[in-house]
Amino acid sequence: MTDTSTLVAPGSDRGGADPLRMAPYGVELELVERGSGPPLLLLHDGWEVRADGPFAGALAESHRVLVPAHPGFGRSSVPAAFDSVEDLAYFYLELVDELGIDDVVLVGCSFGGWIAAEIAVRRPTWLRRLVLVDPLGLRVGGVADRDIADVWAVGRPALGRLLFHDAGLAEREVEYATRSDEELEVVARNREALARYGWSPYLCNPRLARRLHRVAVPTLVAWGAHDGVVSVDYGRAYAAAIPGARFALVGEAGHLPHVERPAVLARLVNEFVDEGAQS
Amino acid sequence: MQSWHFSEAAYPFIPDDEESLRVTLPNRYFEPQVAAELWDRYLEEWQLADELGFGVMTNEHHATATCMTSASPVIAGVLARITRDARILILGNPLGTRPDPVRIAEEMAIVDLLSKGRLEVGMVRAVPFEMSATNANPLSTHGRFWEAHDLIKKAWTTHDGPFSWQGQHFEHRQVNIVPRPFQQPHPPIWMTAGSPNSAIGIANHGYVMACFLMGRGGTKRIFDAYRQRRAELEAPAPEADRFAAAALVCVADTDEEAMETARKLMWYPRSANQVSTQFLNPPGYVPAAFSARVLRSDRPIHFDLENATPEQLIEDGSMFAGDPDTVFEQIRRFSDDVGGFGHLLCMAQAGHLTREEVARTLRLFAAEVQPRLGDLVPV
Repeated sequence: MTDTSTLVAPGSDRGGADPLRMAPYGVELELVERGSGPPLLLLHDGWEVRADGPFAGALAESHRVLVPAHPGFGRSSVPAAFDSVEDLAYFYLELVDELGIDDVVLVGCSFGGWIAAEIAVRRPTWLRRLVLVDPLGLRVGGVADRDIADVWAVGRPALGRLLFHDAGLAEREVEYATRSDEELEVVARNREALARYGWSPYLCNPRLARRLHRVAVPTLVAWGAHDGVVSVDYGRAYAAAIPGARFALVGEAGHLPHVERPAVLARLVNEFVDEGAQS
Repeated sequence: MQSWHFSEAAYPFIPDDEESLRVTLPNRYFEPQVAAELWDRYLEEWQLADELGFGVMTNEHHATATCMTSASPVIAGVLARITRDARILILGNPLGTRPDPVRIAEEMAIVDLLSKGRLEVGMVRAVPFEMSATNANPLSTHGRFWEAHDLIKKAWTTHDGPFSWQGQHFEHRQVNIVPRPFQQPHPPIWMTAGSPNSAIGIANHGYVMACFLMGRGGTKRIFDAYRQRRAELEAPAPEADRFAAAALVCVADTDEEAMETARKLMWYPRSANQVSTQFLNPPGYVPAAFSARVLRSDRPIHFDLENATPEQLIEDGSMFAGDPDTVFEQIRRFSDDVGGFGHLLCMAQAGHLTREEVARTLRLFAAEVQPRLGDLVPV
């Protein structure tokens, strides 16, 4: 695997530049760049940034992958007034302008997929491709339907089982006892940040459903076949709300296919992007 | 020293194998007839306390067997009419989770009128496990608490027609509460503190500050922070009546009898924390560094009330139990250790204690302990 990281994630020992930089709204942003090629903005899930993870690595073989920690997550600061995913959408729209990148492949996983969808409905045509991996953010059910499992109402082992299909992975990934104090504080920051943006309305924007028709770029909605947080049916409804979107299942994966099946998912993304390049 | 009878109005008849007594406990366990009879009894205990010279105190929790008072203004309204002389303390209204502070200002004004000015209004942020039960975002509860406090106070003290409020958390274009409170300019305000840091905001206003089962050391640190803040403000040293402490209390004719009953009181510390970890540590309720420590231990970080013995709680200063002499000495020692305090919030009722056991504590305390507390001067 080619790895040409120019910036380094916290805790990494690859040495080099500090990944913190000033960004719009006064945010001190943790931004890791990997690989070279056409720009790809990877928006992380609601639990970990995983900038040095295998999914970002696989995408970096053919792209310049940018992995920011959303404001409030990882080591990124957050303006006190930020309280919605709409804030994050405008933050990223201003960030890509500042970075001067265009014709971007936008990939968002889970919570990051929700942010990606909110970005796409606000500037419908500037993206090259949109890839949503088990995105949150949509309200599809009736008043008493639980579209999205309550991730704050379960303990650590149960959260692992909601997020992952593989039982061993569920135990290893949602694990607090062996992490350093610094790592665990980041876990706590991430929990807090997810609550900041998604406590209520619960991990969704009720307005998103009536805006998704505005997405005007080729879109792939990929879904873990065993997602315990948001069902496959929810995923199909998400794809159906976006004009022309393609839907693909990722086998042997739960809510976080980018962690559970990184190579398979990266191949799906690359094929989808290449398809566009040839047509 | 003012002593208060504080009852959480528990519903203790829950099977032993339930993992959590809070948030997720199905309400099928709560038999309507049994609950109604328990309410009769708890109200009668408050009436007895009133006759004996105690203040009466209620609080509010949600979705829990430890406390059936899910709407404290309702119970305070009842107490306003069934007690005669007692001050009525709600400690407190959960400002961090209630959606509309103006409504709270209205509720308190009515109870104050119904009681002809006997109400004391406690304002609290709400404990972590109330977040799920009320859908309140734990991250915003601190900001909501102080903004709600400001709005309630302005609603009580504005008498010239509607005012406008556009805050970070609450918006009202026409605030004009009718009726206004009986006590002018407004009923006394109490707040609770769980750390020295939270004492500062309370000291800024000079409100009564209460500590709940923080132990003699923890209570002293919090009281000292209040005193220090008043000194920084160059305000007169606070009187003892600015400080309140809650304790489990049991009085009997002999120490042996009292300790036997005290063991039944342990239902409260055991059950109060019998709640799943995810509800004890909701995201954003405490700073990330502290939350991380809870994540690591998978348990709350404080004195282990759940596994403590009555003897340990007595040593800790969280329980006063014995014959009247013993209890007086325990209270005097606590008072000396914390630098003096003016309100004792007595939890004489918990779990499976009988009506007779509670009445025995209240009567003996009133007859043989309370008369000696007036002379308590911290050394």
